[in-house]
Amino acid sequence: MINVLLITFLITLFFIAIANRLMTYIKVLAFQGVILFTVVFIQLNDINTVNLILILMETIFFKSLAVPLFLAYIIKHNKITREAEPYLPNFISLIIVTMICVVSILLVNSIKDNELDKIFFVVALSALFTGLYFIISRRKIITHVMGYLIIENGIFVLSLALGSEMTMLVNIGIMLDIFVSVLVLGIFTNRIGDTFEAMSVDNLSNLKD
Amino acid sequence: MFGYYLIIVLLLGIGTLVNRNNLIRILLLIIFLSAQTALAFYGFSHLKTSELGGNFYYDSLGILFLFVLTILSYTTIFHSYLYLQHRKDDSRNQSIYFAALIILIGAMTCVYLSATIGVMWVVIEATTLSVAVLIYHERTHLTLEATWKYVFICSIGITFAFVGIVFLSKALQEANSVNLSFSDIPSHLQNINTFWLKLAFIFLIVGFSTKMGLFPMHTIAVDAHTVAPPPISAFISTTLMNVGFVAIFRTYSLMSHTSILPWMNQILLLCGFLSIFVSTVYIIKVNHLKRMFAYSSLEHMGLTAIGLASGGIGYFAAILHMVLHSFVKASVFYQIDQIHRVFDTYIINKTGGYFSKNLTGALAMLLIFVSITAMPPSGMFVSEFLIFRSLFESHNIFLFVMILILLTMIMWALGKNIFSMLFLPYDEPGGKIVKINPWESASQFVLLSAAIYLGLNPPDAFMQLINDAVMLLHK
Repeated sequence: MINVLLITFLITLFFIAIANRLMTYIKVLAFQGVILFTVVFIQLNDINTVNLILILMETIFFKSLAVPLFLAYIIKHNKITREAEPYLPNFISLIIVTMICVVSILLVNSIKDNELDKIFFVVALSALFTGLYFIISRRKIITHVMGYLIIENGIFVLSLALGSEMTMLVNIGIMLDIFVSVLVLGIFTNRIGDTFEAMSVDNLSNLKD
Repeated sequence: MFGYYLIIVLLLGIGTLVNRNNLIRILLLIIFLSAQTALAFYGFSHLKTSELGGNFYYDSLGILFLFVLTILSYTTIFHSYLYLQHRKDDSRNQSIYFAALIILIGAMTCVYLSATIGVMWVVIEATTLSVAVLIYHERTHLTLEATWKYVFICSIGITFAFVGIVFLSKALQEANSVNLSFSDIPSHLQNINTFWLKLAFIFLIVGFSTKMGLFPMHTIAVDAHTVAPPPISAFISTTLMNVGFVAIFRTYSLMSHTSILPWMNQILLLCGFLSIFVSTVYIIKVNHLKRMFAYSSLEHMGLTAIGLASGGIGYFAAILHMVLHSFVKASVFYQIDQIHRVFDTYIINKTGGYFSKNLTGALAMLLIFVSITAMPPSGMFVSEFLIFRSLFESHNIFLFVMILILLTMIMWALGKNIFSMLFLPYDEPGGKIVKINPWESASQFVLLSAAIYLGLNPPDAFMQLINDAVMLLHK
């Protein structure tokens, strides 16, 4: 079951690579939140109940409700155009994301370790590098934030791989989530939208030597 | 004691945030400084004890940098007060500023004293958030850009550090340990798959170098310097870089007893050398006073990394260098605030004749030049000399020669810019004359002489703290 869920997670990455509209990105992020919720539910069965409820709440409320709704609100409020505006065509994006997955699989397979949950590591590493790729290949600031959220979901998967023994890691992962939400809230509550008219990274090049 | 300290900091932070009265604000800041000082002395007298269920402990390295932070808190709060008075900021902005400053100092204290890598990671996040508020203080287009870059890249860095922690725990799991405290980890790392350790080290060092301002992630610290209020630049360049250093030092000391030590040294040497190289390239052509000193910080961080990597006396020299650099670099940025008030610009070409405009400040600047380039009366001469000695003893002659050449170029560039600002005649159109109170330079003279004193004639307690910290490492 977990394998199916994690592979679905991997497929969402491909889907984002060819998605055109920002709303699609947001929906996929929310969907990833739901997947993570289910994975937590199945994977972390032997930790104490209060902690489990906390983690479940976090995945369902933060990852799949609050953050996507807030991003949608920002897009509407700041009148950001609906297109994602990548620097590269979608087809090439798809190929690059595929390459990232293949490389992650090869990398993880090269590790000689019997206790390794390979699928967790493959999915986490792919999400990490795909997120980085989205950050460098998209023009808008808000897509950078989305790329970061994908990285963070990947990290969450990684911490789940060790989560049964080390719940502290998962809790720290949640701290990261809250941290990012504060970041998104703090920076985006009107400020960037009002000041950088086009919400594009091209406006972020005044600081240089 | 530490629990009380945290509660006091939180209460004072909230109090400062809601308070609008100037007198009460000063009172709150004085209470905060006394709490900070009390904690430093309490920690010093209770070395090697832990607090709050083993999540924080007083060890020599942490206490050493806690003292540096405490001393610089006094000067930074004083200069922040002057800075805000001269900018005529409204009461609300001042409240936000000081509340963020109190939280930042509290968070940095937590980083120095944290006993497990997880707790350290969380409080490093807290420093990022609070310093972002301070960088954004002037609320212009440029500050927004710098804040956005700083927060975004710092969060990516902190994510990388988290991945590093996950890999480290994976390694620990194989040794059947779930304890992530600094004192417990090394004993479990003896016969472990080094692949995980190497991976963990790479991710951790990239992540924490956002804070230390080392080579792969140095750009954001430089941008943040450019726009932050000068007293905050002083913090970013000193105590916040110490935060990064403490994090990297602890990571390094965890793994220094395993077989990957030579490999880690290679990585640190590479980071250090590239830091110095990049800073040389930029410092030669830079024309912005604060960016120039930001690149100079990059150079000194590079030297510290090299000291750490060379081993032997280099460990001692690296810590000494960080302490002395903190005092010197803080006084640089306090002085830059005065320079900015006199010339109303940070562009070096548009300044000149500082001696005739602010004699005390110019003398301080001259002393700063001597200190920052590590010329003999400066304490940093001693630490840099020891770093070079360790580099020589570890048979890295080629690197040694290259770094000396680069340092000479940096010295030339700094001298050219600082002397043109101090001595070249320059008549600005309009010519309004700003009087600076000579006493504002007093803190710089105190800090600079402290750096000279600590370098040339270190007191026994100071030596003892550094030597204890070095004991953590592989001999």
